[in-house]
Amino acid sequence: MKTFRIGGVHPAENKLSAGKAIETLALPKQAVFPLSQHIGAPAAAIVKKGDLVKVGTKIAEAGGFVSAPIFSSVSGKVNKVDSVIDASGYRKPAIFIDVEGDEWEETIDRSTDLVKECNLTPEEIVAKIKDAGIVGMGGACFPTHVKLMPPPGCKAECVIINAVECEPYLTADHRLMLEKADQILVGVSLLMKAAKVTRGYIGIENNKPDAIQLMTEKARNYTGIEVVPLKVKYPQGGEKQLIDAVIGRQVPAPPAIPINVGAVVQNVGTAYAVYEAVMKNKPLFERVVTVTGKSLQNPSNFLTRMGTPMSQLIDAAGGLPADTGKVIGGGPMMGKALVNTEVPICKGSSGVLIMNDKEARRAEPEPCIRCAKCVSACPMGLEPYLLATCSALKDWERVEKEMIMSCIECGSCQFTCPSHRPMLDYIRMGKGKVGGIIRARNAKK
Amino acid sequence: MANQLIVSLSPHVHNNDSVQKNMYGVILALVPALLVSFYMFGLGAVIVTLTSVVACLFFEWAITKFILKRERTTIMDGSAALTGLLLGFNLPSNLPIWIIIIGALVAIGIGKMTFGGLGCNPFNPALVGRIFLLISFPVQMTSWPVNGQWMSYTDAETAATPLSLMKQAVHGNVDALSQLPSSFDLFLGSNPGCIGEISSLALLLGLAYMLWKKIISWHIPVSILATVFVFSGLMHLANPVAYASPFAHLFTGGLMLGAIFMATDYVTSPMTHKGMVIYGVAIGFLTVVIRLFGAYPEGMSFAIFIMNAFTPLINTYCKPKRFGEVVKK
Repeated sequence: MKTFRIGGVHPAENKLSAGKAIETLALPKQAVFPLSQHIGAPAAAIVKKGDLVKVGTKIAEAGGFVSAPIFSSVSGKVNKVDSVIDASGYRKPAIFIDVEGDEWEETIDRSTDLVKECNLTPEEIVAKIKDAGIVGMGGACFPTHVKLMPPPGCKAECVIINAVECEPYLTADHRLMLEKADQILVGVSLLMKAAKVTRGYIGIENNKPDAIQLMTEKARNYTGIEVVPLKVKYPQGGEKQLIDAVIGRQVPAPPAIPINVGAVVQNVGTAYAVYEAVMKNKPLFERVVTVTGKSLQNPSNFLTRMGTPMSQLIDAAGGLPADTGKVIGGGPMMGKALVNTEVPICKGSSGVLIMNDKEARRAEPEPCIRCAKCVSACPMGLEPYLLATCSALKDWERVEKEMIMSCIECGSCQFTCPSHRPMLDYIRMGKGKVGGIIRARNAKK
Repeated sequence: MANQLIVSLSPHVHNNDSVQKNMYGVILALVPALLVSFYMFGLGAVIVTLTSVVACLFFEWAITKFILKRERTTIMDGSAALTGLLLGFNLPSNLPIWIIIIGALVAIGIGKMTFGGLGCNPFNPALVGRIFLLISFPVQMTSWPVNGQWMSYTDAETAATPLSLMKQAVHGNVDALSQLPSSFDLFLGSNPGCIGEISSLALLLGLAYMLWKKIISWHIPVSILATVFVFSGLMHLANPVAYASPFAHLFTGGLMLGAIFMATDYVTSPMTHKGMVIYGVAIGFLTVVIRLFGAYPEGMSFAIFIMNAFTPLINTYCKPKRFGEVVKK
């Protein structure tokens, strides 16, 4: 069975909510939409206090080419355009909408019928994706239309769908595949058409045999789509690791990107959103979110409107346990610890993970014993111990030479360190500094 | 909010490995060799290993507390106990207690704590202790008791080791090699030698355990053993009267102990697999060179010691294979 070639670790899977069907979460009282929910320029608000909006009304326009518009997920009245603390922990501009009823834009096809026929040209599909505000839904939130428009000199050869869900605990993509297999496959076909390729691969780890079986069966009815079962290993859902695992090509060091080896990678949730946007005229305003944790009473998967505060999901899953130590937006390997539970669900929110106080605390770091386990674990073939030490010593020249910018921040090094050293903290700092230095150097040229 | 949330950067989970687990894992892997040594050398082995471990723990504690004045004591992390055990394993079972204590002081005091303690030492502390003793007390360090004298300690009868027979052969004694025990006996460990080094079987069991528990990778031990086997094998083919068979080389002296437990010391060995192989091949090569052409019958300690010194250089030049370096298919 295929997998990526370098490094990797095996965290405990803890897929507590894998058996739970997707439930639709009740509407929030107030929905909050941060204006930067994606990589690139923040969106610009086009509504003001007192405006009435419907479900699916555009409330913010894309702020540039690498950006995406934002749509209201609720109907009601704009309360204010203010700021909110989002998953990053920073205060960001956001639109607040008080919910009244549930009135949808008439253009949206709300029927559950499967639509397979599409006569649009690739350019029209890309335009629809762009206008629906679709971004990568695996967590990185890179605007999808940008990936479908290769830079000059590059040509897409295949679309790879990321259905790996290698983060422990998270099950949203798994459930989506079990419940919306056909819609996803139509979405994949649309993405292939938009990228002008004839081959599509869906990479699924073999800890989801039911999804592999179902998708493989259904994929027979679609041309050019192949389901690729993958051996479980973290971080297989990393874009570069997935390309290596599925088609055996390695993306060179930055600034190279996946399209340089002919691959367009999209998350399985994104494929579903593409189906809804293109075939049902439905912009991106809701998604499946896993709410989970060992102490949580009822780990679940909820179809959630964007802008819903995370506290509402937690309450629906049995309430915040008394021993809660940490609330994480996303999975335990790459998710962000939240400062409060009022953070709204955004386009990239794949999960809410509650960790109890004991799990949440880091162990005291001990001296590095140079065991080289981080070197063996690093999926990018870097030396995390060296990058961390040199970053701590502020030797930016050295860390750049040691390829710190190749780090994908997957956390495998720190996960595996017997001395519990906070390596990734230092490497992130180093990446930030070196990134700034490189940008400054390029600006001079 | 009632309870404050903890905020830290990802990753938020850990595989629950720890320094202690690794150190005690290595100690556990040494247990078969320890049992064999008790069986072969009796009381002497017990006294020497116990003294060495206790002395190393004491010096680690005393130096941390009174000289470095650190609040946290590090004696429970298992590294000092491991150094003590390995030092004891590298000594003959009739060594007087006072010499062992000097060895422990040099190992922990000079070999480890002068550089800042765990993780900072350039040389394997147990080796520093052993080599110091070997040079300072050459007579006591090279008289090994005959096996099976259960109740004796410093009064034990001593005999020549297989390695000294092999050295005599190199120096022109044509009968020396015929007096060697069979390779199978050497493998099991019924020959004189340092406490922990005699039974290759017990040490290989330890290796299997450490590989299974992923405490170490195969690169260092396998490259050392393979190099010694090939190099000494070639020499044996060239002149079977002067140069012992490769099996005799593999199963005698400190080779197994060194290849499996001393050279694989995390702190003083290279960080990449490529580097580990270079390091291992060089150790194997140097060991055979010293055994066949050097002044000492045994070269393992010196070979590891020399390559410890090269580890930073190896780390500088041996980089792991970076992602994306591979050419497109």
